Amino acid sequence: MFTATPLNRRSYRNQSLAKAVFFLMTVVLVIPVLLIVGTLVVKGAPAISWEFLFTAPTDNMTAGGIFPALVGTIWLVVVALLASVPVGVAAALYLSEYAPDNLLTRTINLAIINLAGVPSIVHALFGFGAFVLFFRMGQSILAASLTLAVMTLPVVIVATRESLQAVPQAFREACWNMGATRWQTIRKVVLPNSISGILTGVILEVSRTAGETAPIMFTGATAFVAFLPEGVLDQTMAMSYHLYYIATQATNVPEELTFGVALVLIAIVLMMNAVSIGFRVYLRGLKKW
Amino acid sequence: MVEVAGETAVVNGVPGPAYDEPPIIEVRDLSIAYRGKPALSDVTLDIHRHEIFGIIGPANSGKTSFLRALNRMDAFNTAMEVSGSIRINGKNINDWRNEYALRSRIGVVFPLPVGLPLTVYENVAFSPRLRGIRKRAELDEVVERCLTRAALWDEVKDRLDSLGSLLSGGQQQRLTIARALSQEPELLLLDEFSIAVDPVTTMRIEDVLKELRSELTIVLVTNLVQQARRLADRTAFFLMGELVEIGATEDLFEGDVKDKRTTGYIEGRFG
Ligand SMILES: Nc1ncnc2c1ncn2[C@@H]1O[C@H](COP(=O)(O)OP(=O)(O)OP(=O)(O)O)[C@@H](O)[C@H]1O
Ligand SMILES: [Mg+2]
Repeated sequence: MFTATPLNRRSYRNQSLAKAVFFLMTVVLVIPVLLIVGTLVVKGAPAISWEFLFTAPTDNMTAGGIFPALVGTIWLVVVALLASVPVGVAAALYLSEYAPDNLLTRTINLAIINLAGVPSIVHALFGFGAFVLFFRMGQSILAASLTLAVMTLPVVIVATRESLQAVPQAFREACWNMGATRWQTIRKVVLPNSISGILTGVILEVSRTAGETAPIMFTGATAFVAFLPEGVLDQTMAMSYHLYYIATQATNVPEELTFGVALVLIAIVLMMNAVSIGFRVYLRGLKKW
Repeated sequence: MVEVAGETAVVNGVPGPAYDEPPIIEVRDLSIAYRGKPALSDVTLDIHRHEIFGIIGPANSGKTSFLRALNRMDAFNTAMEVSGSIRINGKNINDWRNEYALRSRIGVVFPLPVGLPLTVYENVAFSPRLRGIRKRAELDEVVERCLTRAALWDEVKDRLDSLGSLLSGGQQQRLTIARALSQEPELLLLDEFSIAVDPVTTMRIEDVLKELRSELTIVLVTNLVQQARRLADRTAFFLMGELVEIGATEDLFEGDVKDKRTTGYIEGRFG
């Protein structure tokens, strides 16, 4: 009765094989990550100190710290966030909850996905032409942040739309059937159950923004300013551009300094990801179905 | 054009259907298709105020589609195409520019219960809140009344703050009944409302429905022909997207039919 047939045994063997292959691929994926982070930590850690984090570079960038770049990156990210999140979330709400399912909507959705694939250097040139020159913002935090915002907008929209669409359609229909309008349904049922996904998606995208160099290179980042930015129309240093600069343009920069900057940059990104994951876990706990 | 079954009778102190008044629902040449594939064709019927109107028929005969059309649910599904006319209270339902107002007057219960991801209390208070009821005492009162009518109050009165989706299947189904009642609807559309509910509780809900008839009109789709017999004043028999016949329920069940297929279905010879 309860003995395995040859077919059972073959299925079992195949399943073990599949599992082994997938595990191997995961290892292949993890190794480079560990190598990169390991190298950065080993070579960059000696450079890290309070002084490194909280002073400006000196001696033609060959010594001193990274404080203005750190502050500049925060400025850029926050202003980009303020521009892209409201627009992106609103557009995603429209596309997912209101727009009729027709050719136009599907074309727009496709265009947005394609926009997410446009290389960042193209966004950089667009930002330079549109914000720096045409809108006369000059090279400034504002122009750079708006360029970053345009670049992240498609991803914010896609991430938001995916979270919205993870809310079962049956919930919406149950609300509509009681006479709730679309907006009442969004406010009372759809958003409360998708907000965790939206927020984590947005944070992940923003952390990507922090690492971008090309879009800010022509639009607002500068190799060196001794003072901190005071408003959105100032130029600023930024971590990513600083790293690019000391690694390729400046001369006689000690290796540990370069790795130190890279380490801090990656730490910022990983920290944001950690916050986003923590957030997701917390909000998962509150999820209602 | 539709037969009127008997005079306005008083049954157990509850006034019967108002056959002498203009009908609350007038359906004319209603056809429904999904992406061009017909699900229901050329249905013409009237439903009267304070009537329990039963709809029976085998699977796939278009019963659910009919209810969906009454609530304008074709707006939720681009595949669903409705033609012909449906008038409720004398007004074509497509002439309601504010379709939300229309739906708020119609309570619906579908066979697969959907507990909203809210507490039991908030599930039932949802619609009253939409109507602008804010006072806690007033909401409490509505919630208790509706849950009691749906024969659920005793089971959930100590866990009103737990999630509706954590209730058992049958409880969730009664929750959706309570939710539909909380709309204080003029029209209640029930689609196999007792599919997951045990027989004893089903009887309690059926008793409530009989009482509710004095306040509203009920369209009852059911796979249990005996349930139609117990509840419905008149019953329609749908078959393969076609309305075979409508008659006073007792007549149909006693074999006084115009089409032999009706008796065949009622007696379980096919379906
Ligand atoms: N959302 C839909 N999309 C496409 N076709 C559908 C949809 N809903 C129903 N149909 C089709 O319409 C026809 C009638 O279905 P309907 O649900 O109205 O039948 P029913 O009488 O309620 O059956 P049951 O007793 O099984 O509930 C079926 O052929 C079905 O495949
Ligand atoms: Mg059905």
